Amino acid sequence: MKRLFPILSVLTAALLAYALYLALVVAPTDALQGDVYRIIYYHVPSAWTAFLLFFINFIASVQYLANAKPSSKTAAKWIVLAIGILGVIASFLPPVQRLLPAGMHPSAVATTVLAIPAFYFLIGKYFPGERLDVLAVTSAEVGVVFCTIVLVTGPIWARPVWGIWWAPGDIRLTSTLVLWLIYVSYLVLRRFSSSAQTQMLAAALAVFGALDVPLVYFSIWFFRTQHPQPVIGGGGSMDPRMLHVLLISWMAFLCFAFLVCWSRFRLELLHREVEEGHAMESLAGGAVAAKGSLPLNRSPQ
Amino acid sequence: MNAIKFLFAAYIVTWLIHAAYLGSLVRRFSRLRQQLKELGKK
Repeated sequence: MKRLFPILSVLTAALLAYALYLALVVAPTDALQGDVYRIIYYHVPSAWTAFLLFFINFIASVQYLANAKPSSKTAAKWIVLAIGILGVIASFLPPVQRLLPAGMHPSAVATTVLAIPAFYFLIGKYFPGERLDVLAVTSAEVGVVFCTIVLVTGPIWARPVWGIWWAPGDIRLTSTLVLWLIYVSYLVLRRFSSSAQTQMLAAALAVFGALDVPLVYFSIWFFRTQHPQPVIGGGGSMDPRMLHVLLISWMAFLCFAFLVCWSRFRLELLHREVEEGHAMESLAGGAVAAKGSLPLNRSPQ
Repeated sequence: MNAIKFLFAAYIVTWLIHAAYLGSLVRRFSRLRQQLKELGKK
């Protein structure tokens, strides 16, 4: 595994360089916005990557909470399976299809719903026990980094196009900022709380935070906003050459995010190892002190 | 031409944020390795 990391790093660097070349040179210039639209190749993939990481954090947190009791663990498995099956069936029913916003395909909804049990069982299989919590903190932290990029590149793009840095009251912008704040508070809780219940509390906060992700995503489908309406799968149109570059760019950012998560995961494991070492050391120190003080406490016979 | 500034600013800021985060990971790694070494010595 250790050999794989440098190989993947080189491949990811090459893919990122290729994506940059496509974004700056190959992708056609937008007729309305000119070259500044090319910010889309960093802004949108960063947003999608952040959503995916928060989704992983949500699944890991739900599973961590569910695993607290054997009965809830079994119940959660069945609930997740039912969500997958019923969600797929429901997305093809005409009454449900009528509720979907224009341009949203039922197959896209079904795929998204299917991702819940798929991720749930895969994460459960490869991240048993405490590793679930390690995965949760890893995905949240890297997700916050990507969400920060979304919040910074968005205003930089908005200034030349809208004439303003930020549109106060815009639901897409506000809900993204709220999402970022929720996950920052999640990280602050994990960093500064030393209670035995911290992991449970953080998992509960993560579940609450994840509820904001669909709001962020669907806000531009259901509301008229300053932020543009969806151009991918939302009835809008995008030049296939631009879409190709966007997808390559997302793939590059996904590979990069995977490597960063890998490093952060190892860092968290190392951190826990050190904490355990300190705890063992203080236990051993306490035992030695107790042993040493025993004769002193004895009253002379 | 003026808008190009914003394009490059967005790309540069993205990589600055990633670089800052990667730098923080490297710092944390080296600090933890040092602590682990000290624990091993004791």
